[in-house]
Amino acid sequence: MTEPLIRARGLTKTYGDFIAVDGIDFDVAKGESFGFLGPNGAGKSTTMRIIGATSVRTSGTLTILGKDPEVNGPQIRAHLGVVPQQDNLDSELTVSENIFIYGRYFGLSSSFINKKIPELLEFAQLEEKKYTKVEALSGGMKRRLTIARSLVSEPDILMLDEPTTGLDPQARHILWDRLFRLKEQGVTLLITTHYMDEAEQLCDRLIVMDKGKIMAEDSPAKLIKDYSTKEVLEVRFGSERNQEMVEILRPLAQRIEVLPDRILLYAEDGEQLLEQIAAKGIHPNTSLVRRSSLEDVFLRLTGRTLVE
Amino acid sequence: MTSDAVALSERRQGKFGDKYFAGRPQQVLLRNWLTFKSSAWIAVVSGFFEPVLYLLSFGYGIGELVGNISTSTGNISYAAYIAPGLLATSAMNGAMIDSTWNVFFKLNESRLYKAMLATSLGPLDVALGEIAWALMRGGLYATAFTLVLAGLGLVTSWWALLAVPAAIIVAFGFASFGMAITSYMKSHHQMNFFEIFLLPMFLFSGAFYPLTVFPGWAQAIIKALPLGQGIELVTKAMAGDFGIHLLVNVTYFIVMICVGLYFTTKRLNALFMR
Repeated sequence: MTEPLIRARGLTKTYGDFIAVDGIDFDVAKGESFGFLGPNGAGKSTTMRIIGATSVRTSGTLTILGKDPEVNGPQIRAHLGVVPQQDNLDSELTVSENIFIYGRYFGLSSSFINKKIPELLEFAQLEEKKYTKVEALSGGMKRRLTIARSLVSEPDILMLDEPTTGLDPQARHILWDRLFRLKEQGVTLLITTHYMDEAEQLCDRLIVMDKGKIMAEDSPAKLIKDYSTKEVLEVRFGSERNQEMVEILRPLAQRIEVLPDRILLYAEDGEQLLEQIAAKGIHPNTSLVRRSSLEDVFLRLTGRTLVE
Repeated sequence: MTSDAVALSERRQGKFGDKYFAGRPQQVLLRNWLTFKSSAWIAVVSGFFEPVLYLLSFGYGIGELVGNISTSTGNISYAAYIAPGLLATSAMNGAMIDSTWNVFFKLNESRLYKAMLATSLGPLDVALGEIAWALMRGGLYATAFTLVLAGLGLVTSWWALLAVPAAIIVAFGFASFGMAITSYMKSHHQMNFFEIFLLPMFLFSGAFYPLTVFPGWAQAIIKALPLGQGIELVTKAMAGDFGIHLLVNVTYFIVMICVGLYFTTKRLNALFMR
């Protein structure tokens, strides 16, 4: 029973001299929402493609539902719903035709697919666009259709590569809501993202990746607890003075990070720290107290910001 | 509970070539049929007129100057003389439009093959489906053109019916080869290679005049090129001239089909499964 749905050990992918994925280990349990967080080029998409049986690993072992993608590629792909980073909907077809033909690629019968189409259109909130050509849809609609399309084969695992990149905030929230529903239905979700809020919202557990390696693995809350403080105080002195202030501020905070435009001071109580600084006669141009996020975890682990 | 998609896929598991072929190229054809129904038919219909225009302008225009031509099958009009060549050319063009520019678009711009190969389809399904579609287009042009020839009274024997299967073999060869080469093309500029190659091959193919105007070595080259082979095949089939030569022509195209399919599958696999 405890056999994980996906198990990777020493998973490695190289392209010539370049190591895209560098010996990573992870397990994904059934029904889990599992995230890959990291900047562009961290190896997230490559890992997803290997799991999706559209890329062959260089070394290591990988089993998905007890099968090896190298041996049983088509059988594994039959279990998966794939939502790629760049939409690859069929722009020459209508919304419902897109779902129909995608089901046919899996070999599903027309009667089976036609029964599913209304249900999927409702899920994607695209009932009124049924006969619309895909070209005429907005970015958010296209992404929802891509998800609906990937569900036609009733996949056990849904793989989403940067699902909300390029979408406006409202479209993102609609999409997140749809993904929550799938999770409630027991679909295992694999999500790559470089948005920490998305990872915090959607993932039960995640791995933080950088340069092909896993930097940390846990639930978002636990990662924040382990690698950051409860709160962060962001202060700006203007680019000239940031550097000289760092040495003065360093003893006051638990940890300090210097970014090009601001200084991050880590503390359990941000307001209290700000008062301490003011008591020393230091007055930053602007200050902001916020809760720690996965962004701070990433900064701690790699010394770099996620979105630059 | 296993889904239908999984059950279907597992049924093919362990059979020969199961990693490359799911046994569903017809779904790729169905996809093309859906686009054809909605809009692509305009492009398909327009392609039909090209050889007809050549036939009318050259056949009857230049035919007026040339007069009748004596061939091994008798004294025929110039229009009838160029008809088999134009038929083979229309089969070639029909097949090439789909297997080159359309395939390039689906490969690089619309990412259609990427979507297809994320399902349980294999690269051979995609290659076979696309090539079958392209050869159907070539076959359609050839059939329509044969009907035009019949309507103009340029068909003299029932052997002309063989023009259609002959043209389909020609179209199959070109579709398969065209898709294979296209799958290796990286940019629009490289795609112009086809034009550079196809136009001279057509103009010097012997469709409009006998190859005997060329020196022996040039004749040999032209006959060895795919269109030269295609014209020979269609001309002989229409004349009911069965011999070892016809067998050579057919074998030539079978080799072209197999080599094209092999490289297309290999390349799609390298592009989307690595």
